[in-house]
Amino acid sequence: MAETLRHEASHDTSTGLPNTKLAMWLFLASDCLFFGALIASYVLYRGASLTGPYPNDVFDIPYTSVSSFVLLASSLTMVLALSAFQREDPARGRLWLVTTALLGLTFVGGQAYEFTTFYREGLSLSANLFGSTFFVLTGFHGAHVAIGILMLLSLSAMSFAGKLPGDQSFPVEMVGLYWHFVDIVWIVIFTVVYLIPTPNPT
Amino acid sequence: MASVPVPADTPRGLLRRPRATTGFWSWFTTVDHKKIGLLYGFTAFLFLIVGGAEALLIRLQLARPESTLIDAGTYNELFTMHGLTMVFLVVMPLSAAFFNYLIPLMIGARDVAFPRLNAFSYWAFLAGGLVLYSSWLLGGAPNGGWFGYPPNSTTDLSPGMSFYSLGLAMAGIASTVSAINLAVTIINMRAPGMSLFRMPVFIWMGLVVQFLLAFSLPIITVALFQLLFDRELGTNFFNPAAGGSPLLWQHLFWLFGHPEVYILILPAFGIVSEVLPVFARKPLFGYQFVVFSGIAIGFIGFGVWAHHMYATGLGPVANTAFGLSTIIIAVPTGVKIFNWMGTLYKGDLRFTSAMLFAIGTVTMFVIGGLSGVTHSVVPADYQQTDTYYVVAHFHYVLFGGAIFGLFSGFFYWWPKMFGRLLDERLGKLHFWLMMIGFNLTFGPMHVLGLQGMPRRIPTYPEGYGFDLWNLVSTIGAFTIAASILVFMWNAIGSFRKAKDAPADPWDARTLEWATTSPPPPHNFDEVVTVHSLDELWHRKYAEDESGKVVPVQAGAAPEDQSHVGGHGIHLPGPSYYPLVAALGLPLVGYGVLYGWWLSIVGAVVLLAGLYGWAMEPGAEEA
Repeated sequence: MAETLRHEASHDTSTGLPNTKLAMWLFLASDCLFFGALIASYVLYRGASLTGPYPNDVFDIPYTSVSSFVLLASSLTMVLALSAFQREDPARGRLWLVTTALLGLTFVGGQAYEFTTFYREGLSLSANLFGSTFFVLTGFHGAHVAIGILMLLSLSAMSFAGKLPGDQSFPVEMVGLYWHFVDIVWIVIFTVVYLIPTPNPT
Repeated sequence: MASVPVPADTPRGLLRRPRATTGFWSWFTTVDHKKIGLLYGFTAFLFLIVGGAEALLIRLQLARPESTLIDAGTYNELFTMHGLTMVFLVVMPLSAAFFNYLIPLMIGARDVAFPRLNAFSYWAFLAGGLVLYSSWLLGGAPNGGWFGYPPNSTTDLSPGMSFYSLGLAMAGIASTVSAINLAVTIINMRAPGMSLFRMPVFIWMGLVVQFLLAFSLPIITVALFQLLFDRELGTNFFNPAAGGSPLLWQHLFWLFGHPEVYILILPAFGIVSEVLPVFARKPLFGYQFVVFSGIAIGFIGFGVWAHHMYATGLGPVANTAFGLSTIIIAVPTGVKIFNWMGTLYKGDLRFTSAMLFAIGTVTMFVIGGLSGVTHSVVPADYQQTDTYYVVAHFHYVLFGGAIFGLFSGFFYWWPKMFGRLLDERLGKLHFWLMMIGFNLTFGPMHVLGLQGMPRRIPTYPEGYGFDLWNLVSTIGAFTIAASILVFMWNAIGSFRKAKDAPADPWDARTLEWATTSPPPPHNFDEVVTVHSLDELWHRKYAEDESGKVVPVQAGAAPEDQSHVGGHGIHLPGPSYYPLVAALGLPLVGYGVLYGWWLSIVGAVVLLAGLYGWAMEPGAEEA
């Protein structure tokens, strides 16, 4: 019954799009402004720190490149998960969901390790402008990834327990939209924060 | 199948599904957009009284020179809380009240797109308001102005501005969630045949406001976090000693703050656009111009923020650019004014209270708009900035515009919401008292400002020429308070009589009047099919051969549907979980100030609410 309701719902809407999908797109658009303001703050204060440590002193580009690759790879496994659910193969779908979550966990774990290393090298929230803008920007991104992991694991558990009603691929698609968005934001952050060099003040 | 299915006794997860759809406790679990709208309205009206009392204290202090009634510190708290209350806890939620109640009714829907999310928005808004007000008891209220400029707001030792960050962030989450919900409702839930250009102007303005909210609130949320972290975690975002710039806050704040101005006024514009045609007995003059100028205001509203910052030294290029964009945004606003005048022109005018308030909105907003245009001129603004002239300006647009418009909405939709008409004689007394009191209060502030009286000072010396006009202003403020008492007397009186409102007491034009007053929980017994703009009008009236408007003979009046139909309609069931999830937010917030363990408890409560929510079907299957 729930399944028929859902299908009716998406045919009933004025645009033909399901409400949830429209809402997710609007939320992601809104979230763009959230990260936009954080990234703008970072860019405004690029190279404006009065004391070290500066980006060049702490960044380990190869290390972060690997963890970025891991996060981007999770977008591939997310697509595979959705595709499996759409082919009505939930067992395989759950496998890919958990894989995606594990890749996300690897990324967040890597970030936690990176944060600790930076902190040991003297970069804290209050050390300088770089510390404030860097930790708050990447921290909020990490929180987004963590929420995504929670949703992925909940989704697999609900699917396993048979609690996902009807068309299981729909919630997977919604969480997927969120997950890909978080990945894309990371591409921007990684480029702006890590790859574009910030010279040490002389 | 009952209209609201009662579930079998199967506890799922933490809490059993609530059953009551009437009575006191049902208000805590309701997901009905009409009840949530009323909750918003009632809460916002209580905050209006509190914010008004703060204004009266300010006016008492300023009534005479060198007054020692209120000390400077308390005065700072009072004007800050007055501004915050009126903007975030009165005008925004009052608009949300009308949007919640009316959007589904006016587009012919049964409810909003996400009813439980709607309930969550209300509870999160209430949590934000209470956290903000709890500061009075927990070490001092915010005292850095509603704009919260650093370094004052970051270096002040009282905890007030931390409550400011937390309270506004929660209210912001509530508004963002509600904006997405209502935007999806308008885009996706319209009745068959209701194309975008058959939507009432109020719905159009609602759509523009939801987009403004969704795209401006994330910016202030970031700024509020930065402010909070500067205060509580030692970050340097606005700390000049570490190279940070207090101007970053001003940019982020006004990048939100100017769209916010239109968030506050566009709902009133929408209300006026509904009320004027009904009481002029003419269609709105230039419907598409009104709609497109509203959309234009929405876009340009994101490009004028630095006109709040002329005096900060951005340089002549930036000041000129923002001066020009500010002059440009006056154009679509002016278009609307002419459309409303065109609507009234040669109309068969009925001067009901709702109509008077609508005309009051237009006239007072014109005065505020014109003083606003004087601000756009940079050299003039250098003289006016931080004087009472600015206070006069924004009260003419936000009180004269928004509050008058919202009261017009109260008088117009009261019979729809409660099934009872407000008393017209008391309504007119209310209107004239408020109109006179309002102009007595804020008119003299133009003079005071141009004479050089600065804003935000707790007192002023004798003999500067400020004495008379300040006294007049204080007398005006108490006249406004008297008018609010008349309204409350009127409102209470309406509940002491029997329900007397027919479904369509004003001979109106839009769909909400096609159902009973008040509407049944499912709004409409049958899905409405829309054929034109002003659907209800065209169902009631047609033109004869000579072009004369005549009533349609058959099926003219909307029949009383209260006791028939409505069966078999699947409505979303009440739920505890939105309230539980929203309860987590203040705990997370207090945790930032009083220890991280409390934040963790809050996060657990929030998550428990969300999981319970996810596991609970939206409607019980009967």
